[in-house]
Amino acid sequence: MARIGVFVCHCGENIGRTVDCARVAEELGKLPGVAHAVDYKYMCSDPGQALIKQAIAEKKLTGVVVAACSPHMHEKTFRRACGSAGLNPFLCEMANVREHCSWIHEDRDAATDKAVDLARFIVEKVKRNVPLETIRIPVTKRALVIGGGIAGIQAALDLADGGAEVILVEKEPSIGGHMSQLSETFPTLDCSQCILTPRMVEVYQHPNIKLMAYSEVAEVGGYIGNFDVKIRQKARYVDAANCNGCGACQKACIVRKVPSEFDEKLGKRTAIYVPFPQAVPNIPVIDRASCAYFKAKAKGVKKDACGKCKEACSKGAIDYEQADTFVTEKVGAIVVATGYTLYSIGKDQPEGLRGYGEYGYGTIPDVIDGLQFERLASASGPTAGKILRPSDGKEPKRIVFLQCVGSRDPAKGIEYCSKICCMYVAKHTMLYRHKVHDGQATVFYMDIRANGKGYDEFVRRAIEEDGARYVRGRVSRMYRDGETIKVQGFDTLSGEPVVIDADMVVLATAIRPQPGIEQLAQKLSASYDAHGFFNEAHPKLRPVETNTAGVYLAGACQAPRDIPDSVAMASAAAAKILGLFSKAELEREPTVAKVDAALCAGCFHCERVCPYGAITRIEVRDRKGNLVKIVAEVNPGVCQGCGTCQATCPSKSVELQGFTDEQIWSEINALLA
Amino acid sequence: MKVGYYPGCSLHGTSREFDESLRAVAEVLGVELAEIDDWSCCGATSAHATNHLLSVALPARNLALAESQGHAEVLAPCAACYNRLAGARHEIATDAALAARMPELIGRPFANTVAVRNVVEVLHGLLPTIRVRAGQPLAGIKVACYYGCLLVRPAEVCSFDDAEDPVTMEEVVSATGATPVAWDMRLECCGGALSVSRTRSVVRLGRAILNDARAAGADAIVVACPMCHSNLDFRQSAMVRRGEAAMPVLFLSELVGLAFGVAPDRLGLRRHFTSARSLLDRVQPPAAAREVR
Repeated sequence: MARIGVFVCHCGENIGRTVDCARVAEELGKLPGVAHAVDYKYMCSDPGQALIKQAIAEKKLTGVVVAACSPHMHEKTFRRACGSAGLNPFLCEMANVREHCSWIHEDRDAATDKAVDLARFIVEKVKRNVPLETIRIPVTKRALVIGGGIAGIQAALDLADGGAEVILVEKEPSIGGHMSQLSETFPTLDCSQCILTPRMVEVYQHPNIKLMAYSEVAEVGGYIGNFDVKIRQKARYVDAANCNGCGACQKACIVRKVPSEFDEKLGKRTAIYVPFPQAVPNIPVIDRASCAYFKAKAKGVKKDACGKCKEACSKGAIDYEQADTFVTEKVGAIVVATGYTLYSIGKDQPEGLRGYGEYGYGTIPDVIDGLQFERLASASGPTAGKILRPSDGKEPKRIVFLQCVGSRDPAKGIEYCSKICCMYVAKHTMLYRHKVHDGQATVFYMDIRANGKGYDEFVRRAIEEDGARYVRGRVSRMYRDGETIKVQGFDTLSGEPVVIDADMVVLATAIRPQPGIEQLAQKLSASYDAHGFFNEAHPKLRPVETNTAGVYLAGACQAPRDIPDSVAMASAAAAKILGLFSKAELEREPTVAKVDAALCAGCFHCERVCPYGAITRIEVRDRKGNLVKIVAEVNPGVCQGCGTCQATCPSKSVELQGFTDEQIWSEINALLA
Repeated sequence: MKVGYYPGCSLHGTSREFDESLRAVAEVLGVELAEIDDWSCCGATSAHATNHLLSVALPARNLALAESQGHAEVLAPCAACYNRLAGARHEIATDAALAARMPELIGRPFANTVAVRNVVEVLHGLLPTIRVRAGQPLAGIKVACYYGCLLVRPAEVCSFDDAEDPVTMEEVVSATGATPVAWDMRLECCGGALSVSRTRSVVRLGRAILNDARAAGADAIVVACPMCHSNLDFRQSAMVRRGEAAMPVLFLSELVGLAFGVAPDRLGLRRHFTSARSLLDRVQPPAAAREVR
């Protein structure tokens, strides 16, 4: 016979005002199997918990029901109290009579009746609870960082300095990300390369970091502490072990006019290339699509295919036969730091977004985007830091900057603010004025959002010291009039339409997540929002974790982020992981699904519906070793206890521990009785 | 294919050539234009400046007639009619209280089931047929497509094309074998109904449009709005200066008709104030240009 103890909390007046707690305790005390029922002002307080512990010892309770607040609030507290009194913590449950009752009702009698019902069905459940043991899983103390921009670099360095092994995977030939393309950074105007490249070198030289550039994550299996990650290393057609980075191959390459990705198509590169001179690793790759050798091969030319780079290489490092290779690595935690891409302003847009054909991007050569302007302003850029317009190489004397192109525009499919544009446009106007002293910058803006340390002062400086003219309003269209671009807009402060003549126009386009991020999220079983940004576990309290245990976020893969934010997130994620790695074993709640192999018919509906990939297949053999059947098994490390498998299973052979069908039925029966 | 046809006042009056050319083109395309019986004013230009409810109820009455006459869609060639009809349809569809009042206001049942189409949209839906039916008479002719203000705006009402950067008219022109030019003034205001009250403004605005089309190398401007046509065609003599060539202004249906080899007379081309002769002389074969003043 069960001996359940019921403890009714007043929560000060929160519950007691609307619910007659004494009557609840009295009614519950009459139920069969309830050995003890009391009410108390603050059950979570030290004397309240003492009441529970004392009753467990004195009345030899076999289960505890606390009728109080939400289990989110205090389930852990009360289970810990029960545990310390020698009762298995999973024999303790809460009935929520605050959020679900007292806070939302006014009629005291009816609310009291409801509170009785809520506690009553939990009593029936607890009668059927069984002791459960915390799951312990081992931890591999090695982390995977996906993405080698500033966020990934920071996370990798912090982790490595903390003693963890790190594998840093970057899909481009070099790490550095977008930050390596920037000229100078707000709000200090310090040179982006000068602060970034030393960190890139540090990554390369750190004994704890294994850098895998030009690689992508192909598959992710396993669970927190025990991920198996399959990484595809793309063929560089250059043997990294032999290459000494001399650059002779690039000098020899006959294909010299490939638009450079690093220079945002404003500059040219060779077919065999390193993206920029400070690249890490400094090993070239051959761009198969533009390489003369591979083009000739594709056409079926057998002899006389180019081969100039191979001839030029004194180390014999060029290997046209190289193929993609796959390696599988075991890691305990994963940091996603895949960063952002810019909304393409041209007319054609992916995924149903609409472009800005009226702004002439792609048809008017002197309409460029923010990253292109960064390259023009950068000392390492195609113009060696001179601001020259792309069409004719002249110095533009009048530049117009447009903010919120794509951002905050539901009609074009993006309603969020891209956060960094207000600041980088202010920076652009300053860089422009510092290089073209008699130039005039005009900015069209909606609002100025400069909410960071030193940010507003920075924008004021752009306006007051560097003479940027800010016009509040939107631009309706732009068109060419000879060499001039007519920018037609509306000044909403004066209420007048304006037409401004410009030599060049820079569009501050929206920040979007990297293409392919959905596929990566699916590999990681992590959730993402409607725009493709990764979802954090809690917007305030768990900003760098995902809902998938062991997967962490850093930088602009979660939302538009500037450099300080990205770095802060990266360090936070690293700290979280170092905390995780500080334990020998991980503890997990045992409320996971469990398969009854005797009942399982092996239909694997559960495998198909499981959002976390927690179902595996195992063979059942008889004593002679003959295969009897193949059944499902739940990996307790991966299972998140959502119960989808239980709801799906046609033979009722998989059940969530702590939420078995019998327990749920008894709750419902108690309510209907 | 059969569609309800709402000509509106202009296609029975000042823009009869729009009506004539449309009927000629519809015949070739196998589209039956069933004129809505007992149609009335759409309320354009005056009703929505006078009384909001009236400006919704007038188009609603016509849509209700089309509904009761069994039409799933109505073609409203005049851009102002189209804008009023589509606008009222949108407003009633998104305002349940307004929708509930309608049957009583217009004195007949109304379920707001009829879709409203304009000429560009309908022709764009028939692009493959146009490509097949069009010969090569317009080869080499450059055309500036002029949308004006009402055809594609506001975006939530006229959602058949991008409000800021439309392409459908250019695609129809391409299908006829003519070449659309890239130019800048295709969405600018022509002055609309100010033609009478502030003629000088209309002349100023129209001149900018004509000049830009000419600078882009256009042989003609194509429109799909009687108001635009009247401003650019009728007022053109005041817009061009000595030594400047006249710019023929055609309705889109007229251009499509020429591509189909329909005789210019049947397209109403002789009704224009600005002669289309310079264009017709370039239509192959030149015989098509006979009998035009």
